[in-house]
Amino acid sequence: MAPVENDTIRKDILRIATAGSVDDGKSTLIGRLLYDSKAVFEDQYEAVERASAGGDYVNLALLTDGLRAEREQGITIDVAYRYFATPRRTFIMADTPGHVQYTRNMVTGASTADLAIVLVDARKGMLEQSRRHAFLASLLRVPHLVVAVNKMDLVDWSEQTYEAIRDEFTSFAAKLNVPDLTVIPISALHGDNVVTRSSASPWYDGPSLLHHLEHVHVASDRNLVDTRFPVQFVIRPQSDAYHDYRGYAGTVASGVLRPGDEVQVLPSGLTTTIAAIDGPRGPVDEAFAPMSVTVRLTDDLDVSRGDLICRPANAPRVSQDIDAMVSWMADTELRPGQRLAVKHTTRSVRAVVKELQYRLDVNTLHRDREATGLGLNDIGRVRLRTTQPLFVDDYARNRVTGRFILIDEATNSTVGAGMLSTGS
Amino acid sequence: MTTPDYRLSQLETLEAESIHMIREVVAELERPVLLFSGGKDSIVMLELARKAFAPARIPFPVMHVDTGLNFPDVLEFRDRRVAELGVHLIVASVPEAIARGTVREEPNGSRNRIQTPVLLDAVEKHGFTALFGGARRDEDKARAKERVFSFRDEFGQWDPKNQRPELWDLYNGRIHLGESIRVFPLSNWTELDIWQYIAVENIAIPSLYLAAEREVVERQGMLYAVNEFISPREGEQTRRETVRYRTVGDANLTAAVLSTATTVEDVIAEIAVTRMTERGATRGDDKVSDAAMEDRKKEGYF
Repeated sequence: MAPVENDTIRKDILRIATAGSVDDGKSTLIGRLLYDSKAVFEDQYEAVERASAGGDYVNLALLTDGLRAEREQGITIDVAYRYFATPRRTFIMADTPGHVQYTRNMVTGASTADLAIVLVDARKGMLEQSRRHAFLASLLRVPHLVVAVNKMDLVDWSEQTYEAIRDEFTSFAAKLNVPDLTVIPISALHGDNVVTRSSASPWYDGPSLLHHLEHVHVASDRNLVDTRFPVQFVIRPQSDAYHDYRGYAGTVASGVLRPGDEVQVLPSGLTTTIAAIDGPRGPVDEAFAPMSVTVRLTDDLDVSRGDLICRPANAPRVSQDIDAMVSWMADTELRPGQRLAVKHTTRSVRAVVKELQYRLDVNTLHRDREATGLGLNDIGRVRLRTTQPLFVDDYARNRVTGRFILIDEATNSTVGAGMLSTGS
Repeated sequence: MTTPDYRLSQLETLEAESIHMIREVVAELERPVLLFSGGKDSIVMLELARKAFAPARIPFPVMHVDTGLNFPDVLEFRDRRVAELGVHLIVASVPEAIARGTVREEPNGSRNRIQTPVLLDAVEKHGFTALFGGARRDEDKARAKERVFSFRDEFGQWDPKNQRPELWDLYNGRIHLGESIRVFPLSNWTELDIWQYIAVENIAIPSLYLAAEREVVERQGMLYAVNEFISPREGEQTRRETVRYRTVGDANLTAAVLSTATTVEDVIAEIAVTRMTERGATRGDDKVSDAAMEDRKKEGYF
């Protein structure tokens, strides 16, 4: 290994989704995080400085403006990804717009997130959209939620205001299965409690936002128990040097695989043992999520893409009947009887919508059982029947084998995201 | 490597993610090709492709859109690397397209725009349905909104307002005849990640990336090394400076930066404290307008 600073290599990545509208100061907050962590370069800053000429402050919100159409219309239309790093961690931030297509964008951004930041304007308190954002984060099982109570400078850093919002959010989050909630009073504009603790809030004894992002413990969020290895691609070199090599390439979904482990292959149900595991730098002693590896088996079985390797005593459910919460992302409605393509891990099948059990009002969490379809940005509970069995776990237990996307076979568009659940 | 706490480092995580994307393309799309210029990003992308299929060979060809304005050092590197890996190289030549009259030289001497139709013609000729590109989301604000699997219509155009939602790592590679997918396996890598990976994995790079004393001419505050495409204009003075290249684009438009970094480790130390974006520091062609990249991408540029 080359002599590169050890800490820069051993750092881990925290994936963040931010939700909130322009009015909440979300762009300003992200601009502040990027600027204060020195992820903004001089040429970018100069461009923003020029664009905000005449104002009292350099408009950090402009740092996150993306497309020409967005600047012209003054709105954000799509998820943007931002990168910044501190000596402790690297951050990948999915910046999701609050207004247009909010559900679709928030679900997209939250799908990969370890942590979600919901912005609340201290003057307005918890609004309908704050509830919606928190609900979507919980639906996507984002393990850590941060509520940033922004614009505290405009309420004179009132401890009572902060506490009222904190208490209201805490009782709401209790209904949502949010395992970890942190509420931080900030001023994105002035930078209070963003990178360092502010003297403006002596009554607040929690961490600054960046300190929390750097230290939040995510290692235990992963499922290291249930071994799931969806086969992505079969590697057969067909060369003289590797004449008999047959490896099953894929990304470990969960659990740990080791050479010598007894494993079962689905759908055949046949059992064998792992002969060896090849990583990017050669054989490895063990593989765990999210490693991309190639597994070799002792016996010559018929294994192909879409199959799944697990432990005989701990297999996923094998089923053609799929119950899931679906976030619908197309203009045309989802309706019972409709046929769709499903992509689940590396397995692609077709499905028919058997039943729409209810549509969920994301603001009130009311279940509308009379609903006949799901429109754009709607969320509902759906039962699908698939042409071939899928190897599934509940999304709550396994974010990888519990998820799927829906594709319209006529347009090839991705039209929905599904999260499996056997409960109600 | 022992990992008692079952955690990957940031580079291992990015590597695993990229390998997953590359394998997914080969599993789902019929005729992929990897755009390989001999620049640092495409070098890393090609290395990830090698790892994705080892010990088998990379199961797709590589293509270079040759503007005819390349640094000779980079072309030599390209040919050597391709030979080592035993992959097939397709060269789509801009000068040949100019000679045939299918594209016309632009008055400012930049072949950045006209390489797009040459790329699209080659894609059509070979019937490629998936094109791997080495672009990173941290490079430009238009790129920050790019998908990993980016759908292109039959004209190779990008419609930023109508992108497919991309959830988890469930990539949608479905297309109709004539359409294609641009795939960006390095989406989540930053410039610093690329350099650290080059260092840790001991990956060979063209010598232009390292500092050496070169004869330069200064234009609009940027330093251009004198070469077969750049000679001093009337009234310009040349001088000798120790410089390196942060990006390698066309030799007539890519500027060098003052640097004393003669090893990859030195480069990393410099990048970690630099205060300019790599394109802002070195590319004459991206300075045209705030939306220069967005406009070129809509037309089918990478």
